[in-house]
Amino acid sequence: MFRNVSELVELAENQNISISEVMIRQEMEVTEKSREKVMGQMDENLSVMEKAVEDGLKGVESRSGLTGGDAVLIQNYMRDKEPLSGHLLLDAVSKAVATNEVNAAMGIICATPTAGSAGCVPGTLFAVKEKLNPTREQMIRYLFTSGAFGQVIANNASISGAAGGCQAEVGSAAGMAAAAIVEMAGGTPQQSAEAMAITLKNMLGLVCDPVAGLVEVPCVKRNAMGASNAIVSADMALAGVTSRIPCDEVIDAMFRIGQRMPTAFKETAQGGLAATPTGRAIEEQIYGTKSKKE
Amino acid sequence: MKFRSVFDIIGPVMIGPSSSHTAGAARIGRMARKLFGREPKWAKIHLYGSFASTYKGHGTDVAIIGGLLDFDTFDTRMSESIKIATERDIKIEFIEEEAIPDHPNTARIQIGDEKEDLELVGISIGGGKAEITELNGFDLQLSGHHPAILVMHNDRFGAIASVTQILAKYEINIGHMEVSRREQGKEALMVIETDENIDPEIITQLEKEDHIIQVAKVSE
Repeated sequence: MFRNVSELVELAENQNISISEVMIRQEMEVTEKSREKVMGQMDENLSVMEKAVEDGLKGVESRSGLTGGDAVLIQNYMRDKEPLSGHLLLDAVSKAVATNEVNAAMGIICATPTAGSAGCVPGTLFAVKEKLNPTREQMIRYLFTSGAFGQVIANNASISGAAGGCQAEVGSAAGMAAAAIVEMAGGTPQQSAEAMAITLKNMLGLVCDPVAGLVEVPCVKRNAMGASNAIVSADMALAGVTSRIPCDEVIDAMFRIGQRMPTAFKETAQGGLAATPTGRAIEEQIYGTKSKKE
Repeated sequence: MKFRSVFDIIGPVMIGPSSSHTAGAARIGRMARKLFGREPKWAKIHLYGSFASTYKGHGTDVAIIGGLLDFDTFDTRMSESIKIATERDIKIEFIEEEAIPDHPNTARIQIGDEKEDLELVGISIGGGKAEITELNGFDLQLSGHHPAILVMHNDRFGAIASVTQILAKYEINIGHMEVSRREQGKEALMVIETDENIDPEIITQLEKEDHIIQVAKVSE
């Protein structure tokens, strides 16, 4: 089993196979399942992601009324105007938002790596798909590549907002997406690692401060920015830009930052945006004046 | 290493918005349903801790009712569960409790019909996982991740042996087992988690044994 990113890249390079292939082979070995079974299970997860994006782009609303409908606004804007940031980037943003809006509206999603960060990986996948026209198998492989990098983070740092802040949750998701984009676009395993490092470096320190403790504000828009960060980082890595700090050291830095982060910024709704006057007002509106959160 | 399968990272598939407040809550409701064995006519649900303070935003109430209707955590009917339950004439009541529970995400579920009722306490421990910690006043620990039977029996010698002998005869291996009683010589509860699924015929045979009062099956 690979323990870190450098081992993962080495395994791929030595055998001259892709990161996704390393992950598929390891999964078969660890779970003693056939290739067909492992690929089939991921195919089902991919279908769930497709359905969530589809539903989100039709427009949904959460129970609290805090989120929903932004994916539709962005798609309409893209149809009527020429977006400044480019079609692919904004398409990824809208599809990431769509996924998290569906999650907030009690829809069915696939955690990647968590429910709160479920938008980055599918958002980027379904946007990049329009440009690269991948086969179904390549799309499934995108998820294995994401999973390989996610597993390294989960085993060496954390993928939970309660443990490491938003950097660990949306930061990890964005890094996973960046690495997978690189592979789908024909980049090398090392370039995947560079893309992940560049993404994660720009997510370091991000706190988890959900308003009223709900997976809505700012989680939905954080996924939007995670998706855009992933695409830009992937392009940089594909251009040959490397991270001066190796990927594994960035992950370690993220872990250490998470450990020293005050609990007020770890999903407790005690600090950051949750503690703003508007954040508090929303909280009171949802739970009534007899809030027991304090 | 904590995470060994890629599907721990890309997965699970579940209802949003929160794995612990929604998916885990649905699992608690579904375990109650499985133990009761049929659709209840009424449900009284007490919410504690973070469940009590945030259930409206996370849909914890919707999820528990969905579980009681036997919906899985990725059932698309989940968000309509309260409406469906009302249409089926199930009386529902939610109570926000002030007491501080041992675990922040705790629910006490009372369900029943004209014949029977059942009361259990469930906790949602993260990532959509849940455990039952109390059933009809008995302390226990049940994850719902393995096939399991709960055997209500008289607290007498030989009662446990009679059950394990039957399981052995059908080549069913016990992975985890615990016994608890409220009082010596009265009713007691056996919780048996097994590796293999337990057929209904085995349950019928178990119930025929002396000192065995009732057997309920839980499986995922």
